[in-house]
Amino acid sequence: MTDLPPPLVTVVVFPGSNDDRDAELALRRLGAESVRVWHTDEALPRETAAVVLPGGFSYGDYLRCGAIARFSPIMRAVEAFAAGGGYVLGICNGFQILTEAGLLPGALRPNASLSFVCRDVPLVVERADTPFTSRCEPGRELTIPVKHGDGCWFADDELLAHLERTRQIGLRYAPGGNPNGAVADVAGVLNENGNVFGLMPHPEHAVDPLLGSADGALLLGSLVDAARLSLAAAV
Amino acid sequence: MLVRPKPGILDPQGQAVESSLRHLGFDVADARVGRLVEVQVATDDAAEARAQVERMCEQLLTNPLIETYSIELERV
Repeated sequence: MTDLPPPLVTVVVFPGSNDDRDAELALRRLGAESVRVWHTDEALPRETAAVVLPGGFSYGDYLRCGAIARFSPIMRAVEAFAAGGGYVLGICNGFQILTEAGLLPGALRPNASLSFVCRDVPLVVERADTPFTSRCEPGRELTIPVKHGDGCWFADDELLAHLERTRQIGLRYAPGGNPNGAVADVAGVLNENGNVFGLMPHPEHAVDPLLGSADGALLLGSLVDAARLSLAAAV
Repeated sequence: MLVRPKPGILDPQGQAVESSLRHLGFDVADARVGRLVEVQVATDDAAEARAQVERMCEQLLTNPLIETYSIELERV
């Protein structure tokens, strides 16, 4: 596997994204090649093996977080990439964009406290058999920071029951650690096929013990592994 | 367009407003905070205007999972 070139993970930059450089840096550190592309591009780089939609405040969070960014030209390419089974990870604002685009279930609402929260939160890995969590074991506890004002994930009872049945809840806040009032302590959800994942915590801010935690590297590292394997499979 | 949080959805903004109103002595049972969007559309046909605005609500202005909308038309 080491003979192959590093997989290319493309980070999309929207007007108002601000974690794109951290994501790029973290992915490179974890062995991927990474480039940032502007949201007006209509195509992803051809070698793209995974896509990350980073955190930030695209379009100033006007209307609803992510509601305007989902119409950026690049999103048609991201939707096509996801439809073909490509791995897409949305972090914070990226998660909001993916729910608005209909690529992930649920919606993100203002935090129940109405306060912006910025702190480390305890998480529990619900699904370890995904391209985004394969370096973890089920039930593994992680410490990763959140920083958001609109992270209260919502699904009605029927949708939540469906997602629990189909095991699309990938990550939860540990009991008592829910920072935003999200339904069922949901911190991250998968799409039906398991190739698109969104989460409110910021793994790219937790890739070195110097930052207080390196647990984020388990998630981003899983994505790099999956991207690498997809390249190997294509050879 | 009046965009409202769906019944049953946690509306922390509405709760904060309700609490402030109570502090001021108003006996309110429930407050919900939505959004008003005003647009001008270039047509004289009310049915056509309504159809256009409905499409705006469905494609961008509301998220059907968490919001409902109603439309008021006015000739300007």
